[in-house]
This record gives sequence, structure tokens and C-alpha cells, in this order.
Amino acid sequence: MKSIAFASRNRKEILRDPLTLLFGMGLPVVMLSLFSLMQKNMPVTLFQIENITPGIIVFSFSFITLFSGMLVGKDRSSSFLMRIFASPMSASDYMIGYALPLLPVAALQIVVCLITASFLGLSMSIHILVTTIVLLMMAMLYIGFGLLLGTYFTDKQVGGIFAIFVNLSAWLSGTWFALDMIGGAFQSIAYVLPFAHAVDAARYALAGEYSKVVVPFIWVAGYAVFIFAIAVMSFKKKMRGQ
Amino acid sequence: MSIVVKNLTKTYTESKAVGHLSLTIEQGEFFALLGQNGAGKTTTIKMLSCLLPPTSGDAWMVGDSIVTNPAAVKQNINLSPQETAVAPNLSVKENLEFIASIYGYNQREAKHKSEELMDRFGLTERARSKAKTLSGGLQRRLSIAMALISEPKIIFLDEPTIGLDIRARRDLWEILLALKGKITIILTTHYLEEVEALADRVGIMHGGTLHALGTVEELKVNTGKSSLEEIFLALTE
Repeated sequence: MKSIAFASRNRKEILRDPLTLLFGMGLPVVMLSLFSLMQKNMPVTLFQIENITPGIIVFSFSFITLFSGMLVGKDRSSSFLMRIFASPMSASDYMIGYALPLLPVAALQIVVCLITASFLGLSMSIHILVTTIVLLMMAMLYIGFGLLLGTYFTDKQVGGIFAIFVNLSAWLSGTWFALDMIGGAFQSIAYVLPFAHAVDAARYALAGEYSKVVVPFIWVAGYAVFIFAIAVMSFKKKMRGQ
Repeated sequence: MSIVVKNLTKTYTESKAVGHLSLTIEQGEFFALLGQNGAGKTTTIKMLSCLLPPTSGDAWMVGDSIVTNPAAVKQNINLSPQETAVAPNLSVKENLEFIASIYGYNQREAKHKSEELMDRFGLTERARSKAKTLSGGLQRRLSIAMALISEPKIIFLDEPTIGLDIRARRDLWEILLALKGKITIILTTHYLEEVEALADRVGIMHGGTLHALGTVEELKVNTGKSSLEEIFLALTE
């Protein structure tokens, strides 16, 4: 119940600062529309709506990293967190409380992007529902990254690091270009990291190729668990004043 | 006894922040902890409120050890940090209800308690205002009300009147005086007149150790000085 109360406070803090929220929704919609237009003059199928939509949605989750990182970082740089560190809440209560209100934001990003994509030619099918579920799982990874960043950096520093994170995750995700087009070490590194797997899992889910979803899904889930575990441990350390 | 501190020590790699601090504080006592910046006051408060583990020694808060049973300690204490620690985008009422709920009160209890405290602290008219829109004085009132909503047996007030104008400070003094005897209050402040107006006993820290302990009158007799300011300056040279 403590984590739910904390989640409720965080939900209000996020929703009452709507500018960043709107940016996190608006930019992916604009990009989806632009890439869709570009596809009309391109010889390859990379930016076809079925391919680009999952990539753009995963890209939009970078903003979730920003929201969660800034929220934790802002609390840490004020005395507010000191007040609640003295309360009987545990580190897991904090992490659940920070993560929970971001899932509906991720769901909203998915729905807004999918509706936009449907206007741009994406056919509606049962695969959309499966894709939404897969994408929500992917969002947990990005929430985890934000919590970890917020645990170590202030809200201002998180803003700067986000600029690097959003580029790194996008370039290594295979959204803007096919990774096998470059190949070699770049492709190998990309597939050691979770971002390309996240996009692959969503693309396979949207195409209805569910058997192919499993491997990339496990990669991302593994990373998400790992990142969350580190975030909780780091937060525990911070709570003990270390 | 409300607080029993025995040989509480905090050392960092290169320095000793608090060294072998021992004292007892009675239930319902208003205790002021004085010292220059870096004297070890905030480190002491952080250790007593389980925010920082001591290097050695222990303290018992209403019978529970800060080392072996911090969860029980946290249920009995609350604090109002130096900076005004309120959630800026939440209303006055929401801030209060939020703190009540993380201390385990249900929605109905939290609502009832927040209304009672808003009434007591003169915040009812601003119940729906976002905390960030309140004046400095009202934010401090809210901050202290948030510390009291969990009905703590011990409350830590870290420089609660810093930066307030004279009227807001006096208003806050009245609120603090009304709490006297009901709960144990540990106050840190740089305003010596505040200590004389509010505190039952004073502890003066310097270089991480306790240099004096007693009522203002006792300290005057023991040091031969005529004012708390002179005592403070003599003991912190």
C-alpha cells in the first residue's frame, strides 16, 4: 500500500507537468508522419509503416527514461526524499512507486503512435494487441534505465545524459537503418545491447511471427530485470547514506 | 526516556564527523542542538533518524535501537528537513494525505488527519493550493504539519525558521510551543533567541563532540557567562 500511495504522488507530479509529457507524445507522432512520407520516395522498405511504427514507439520510450530519471533526480536533489527516506518505506516500495505511474504513460504513447500509424496505412489486426503487450514489457526496460540514472544523477544531469542515451539507443536499435547494412562490430555491439532486440520483438509481434518474438523478448526482459536489480540495490545504498 | 544515545560515532575516511556522543532526552522534552556549521548536528540527526548508519555506538528511540531495529524506529519518528521538503505540484491537502498514507493510515484516516492539521496550522484556506505557490512561511508550516501527521513520538526539526521573516518566525514559534510536552522535539538552529524561547535543554556541539549540556540557566552558572551567545562563543572557539 505504501508503494501505491507513493505511485499516486508520482503520477500527480508527472501529469501536472504536461509540457515534457506532450513532447514525449508529440515528437514520435511527427517522426512517424515524416518517415512515412519519406518512404514514398525510397527504394527500400525500411520506413514502411509496419517497420517504422515499432521502432518509433521504442524510440518514444526514451522519453520515459527521461521522465523517470528526472523525477527521481529531482526528489534526490531536494530534501523531499530525505523526508520520505526517514519513513518506513523500503527501497522496493520506492522503485515500484516510481515505476508504476510510468506504465500508463507508456501505454498512452503506444496507443497514440498506433492510432497515428493506422491513419498512415497500418492495418488493424489482433497482432496490434499482442504488440501492445510486448511493447509494455519493453517499456519496463526504459523505466529501469531512468530509475538507475535518477539514483546517481540530479535532474539537471539526467537531462544532459538523456541526450546521449536517446541517440545511443536509437542508433543501436535498427530503427533508422538496417543494422546488417553496416554489419561487423557495430551490428555485434547492437545485438549485445537490448535496444535492437526491443525493436525486433515489436516488429515480429506486429507481423504476427510470434515464435520469433521469444528470443529478443528474453534479451530485453533479462536486461530489464538486471537494470531494475541494480537500481534497487543502488537506491538502497543511497538510502543508507552511502 | 525518549532517546538514549551511547557513544554514537560517525567517521569518514579522512575525518570524524561525530565522536562518542552520549546523552539522554526525556519524553516530551524540547531539546535544542546547537553548533557551528560542520559541528556534527546534521550528521547526528541523520543517524538518529536512521538516514545514516553510525560507525560505532548506538541510540535507542523510545526503546528501539537505530542499529538493530531501524524499521521500528522509523514508525515512531518524523522529521522536517532544513530545506522545505514538500512535493511542489501537490496541493497542501495532498501533501499531508500522502505522508499519512506512507505511514500506513487508510484514505479515511489520512483525510481526517490532514483536515485536523490544516486547521491547527492555519492552512485550511490554502488546502487546494499547490505547495509551490505558498509563501516561505506557509511552506515551513506545511513541512512541520507533514512531520506531525504520522503522530510521531519524536520529531526532528532541522533549522525550521531559517529564512523566515520575523512575523512568520513568531507564528511558527507559537505552533512549536503548543507542541511542548506532547512529543519529544529535537531542534537544530543557529538562532539563539529561538533556543531561549523554546527549548527545555540545550546541547552545544563543536568538532563532532558535545561540549555542553543543560538548561540555559545551568549553562550560565557552569560557564560564568551571562548570555547564551557568550556561552556559545566560548564553547565553540
